[in-house]
Amino acid sequence: MEITLRVNGVPRKADVDPRMSLLDLLRERLGLIGAKKGCDHGQCGACTVLIDGRRANSCLALAVAVDDRDITTVEGLADGDELHPLQAAFIEHDAFQCGYCTPGQLCSAEGMLGEPGPSAITEDLLTDPGLTPDEIRERMSGNLCRCGAYVNIVTAIGEVAR
Amino acid sequence: MKPFEYARAASPAEAVRGFAPGTMYLGGGTNLVDLMKLGVAEPERLLDVSRLPLDAIEQTDGDRVRVGATVRNTDLAAHPVIRSRYPMLARAVLAGASGQVRNVATVGGNLLQRTRCTYFQDVSRPCNKRRPGSGCPAIEGDHAGLAVLGASDACVATHPSDMAVALAALGADVHVTGPGGDRIIPMPGLHRLPGDEPERDTVLEPGDLITAVELPPPPPGASHYRKVRERSSFAFALVSVAAVLDVRDGAVAGCRIALGGVAHVPWRAERAEQALIGGPATGEAFLQAAETELEQAGPLPRNAYKVPLARNLIVATLEELAP
Repeated sequence: MEITLRVNGVPRKADVDPRMSLLDLLRERLGLIGAKKGCDHGQCGACTVLIDGRRANSCLALAVAVDDRDITTVEGLADGDELHPLQAAFIEHDAFQCGYCTPGQLCSAEGMLGEPGPSAITEDLLTDPGLTPDEIRERMSGNLCRCGAYVNIVTAIGEVAR
Repeated sequence: MKPFEYARAASPAEAVRGFAPGTMYLGGGTNLVDLMKLGVAEPERLLDVSRLPLDAIEQTDGDRVRVGATVRNTDLAAHPVIRSRYPMLARAVLAGASGQVRNVATVGGNLLQRTRCTYFQDVSRPCNKRRPGSGCPAIEGDHAGLAVLGASDACVATHPSDMAVALAALGADVHVTGPGGDRIIPMPGLHRLPGDEPERDTVLEPGDLITAVELPPPPPGASHYRKVRERSSFAFALVSVAAVLDVRDGAVAGCRIALGGVAHVPWRAERAEQALIGGPATGEAFLQAAETELEQAGPLPRNAYKVPLARNLIVATLEELAP
């Protein structure tokens, strides 16, 4: 099936099998290998991209079902040679070891910073709790890091959230 | 994954007209696409209903709130009316899955995610739900997370939705359109116990499409949703409870209790509710009510812990809600 996406601001056409995931389309057809295939079942978050500005697991999205959507991958976060503030903070705070989960962590954090409302741990549903370390941990629970760099990931995201 | 055709419906009527045997409706896909990758779901055709114009949350007559079927879980939990008037529902939605999944998962799809267990998701193993008559390895095997209420010899799987537990406590109406016309199914009536037909999770007929969930006016009293799980986030409930308690002059005037993680359905604890109405709002009364409900439990060796866990969670939640 013929689909058209805007990927990191650039219109891209592709002829895809309905079985193809957005993740496979990005990695295998469009040459964007930032998003990673970890579990391929929506449980690890390594494949996280932004679909119309909202973070999502690209492994669980069929490419045909995101026809006409705006996709942002980790490759689209930086502005030319200028790193996105989250990227700079991840480097500054040593927020990764092997780096495999990092593109998903970055895209997830970028989406999370724009999400309104409370989280599961917010005490008062009607008051903005601010992004405390506990709030960041809860809101980022869809991204696993097997190196266990969580402490520095939370610090890096917290710095950008301020 | 088995090859399939893909089409997109422009209206609910077009979706229902376009439904044929072998078709499955596609919402956010967070459960269905996963099951297709596992070879558990093998539709010949996906009819994408995720872009239907059913994404509004609006106040309707009689102080009710209508939530369209394609509203994303994130948007439901963040909506000011849901946060202020239905906090138990907002909390239940926020307790489910991850930020990424909630951004994509629809209200209709959340209700229609499969009642399941690890054997259902493993095509190398028998499963009465996946292949009727093939057997249930969970009963002899790993059932630590599975049902203690309403299970059958054929199936002990649980419905994993948190949102559905809150909707069951609220008594929300599920609006359905289908080949047989439109109808309304009050929660918790959408889901069914496994009996000897565990392949059927719900009372829906082929081609039926959920168009909305309508919330009744918030019941009087205080409400809460509590979830116990093996890790503090992004895990299914071992046991969860949605509860509403209205106490006047020390007596229970109104009470709603629904349990998650314990049955093939979101389990409305009607016996506990009946035991409490009109009586004192004390810890002793809460304990007796919880025990009355759980007398029906039929745990297996490795999930028996869920019975005292459910009892204690009911009591703790009600004590928190009591003035």
